Amino acid sequence: MTGPKIIFFVLAAAIVVFSILSITSRRILRAAIFLLFVLVAMSGLYYMMNFQFLAAVQLILYAGGIVVLIIFSILLTSQINSRLESPKISHLLSGAVTAIGGIVLATVTILQFVFKPAGKGAVDTDIRTIGLQLLDTDIHGYALPFEVISILLLAALVGSIFIAQKDKT
Amino acid sequence: MIVLSTVVFFIGLMGVLIRRNLITMLMGIELMLNAVNINFVAFNHYLFPHRLEGHFFALIVMAIAPAEAAIAIALIINIYRQFATVSVDDVDELKY
Repeated sequence: MTGPKIIFFVLAAAIVVFSILSITSRRILRAAIFLLFVLVAMSGLYYMMNFQFLAAVQLILYAGGIVVLIIFSILLTSQINSRLESPKISHLLSGAVTAIGGIVLATVTILQFVFKPAGKGAVDTDIRTIGLQLLDTDIHGYALPFEVISILLLAALVGSIFIAQKDKT
Repeated sequence: MIVLSTVVFFIGLMGVLIRRNLITMLMGIELMLNAVNINFVAFNHYLFPHRLEGHFFALIVMAIAPAEAAIAIALIINIYRQFATVSVDDVDELKY
């Protein structure tokens, strides 16, 4: 066992345990905090794979943005000490069967497939490379998705404000 | 790495299926999105290290996820104003 492998297994165990806790916790605020732990551990995985920019974006957007948004909406819509009623046994059973069946099927398929690395020589993933490629209009550039996303974010902003406003009538 | 992503994806799916609360269902969807991101990044890092395609895919997914969460929370707050609940079972005006 080398160092990166140990770190990977620790992070993977944290992700799996906290995500299970996050969907089974009866207190909704605790579920949100467990989700936060999952997201932070995932950014640790990105650091491990040398994608520093992606890890930073993960921390800022998910851990900083989405979890705060979810906690706000929890506080707006439910009491802080309220417990969720436990799920119905039929729901629990069907969900567990679907999840375990899917995990087994997908894992068996993945383990049978032989992955071959294509291409040699890793590019460095510093911010300069990412920024240049993100605004590049050549064949490996991503200028068009970048602009489309900016339009989409503007639309989402306007739409969510419009949906959440009070009725004027 | 891919097995981990599979496990997290199906845990998120199970979260969507077994919970009856809109916010926890949204959290399950976030888990699924994150699992997909791990998959993209792992493929990029281990199989195609000479390009950054998976990296940019994950970046774009990360940009869309907050938009989706913002819209979902706006809808949830609106539903809460109308029905005074966030449970899926009680919001059944359109069902019958």
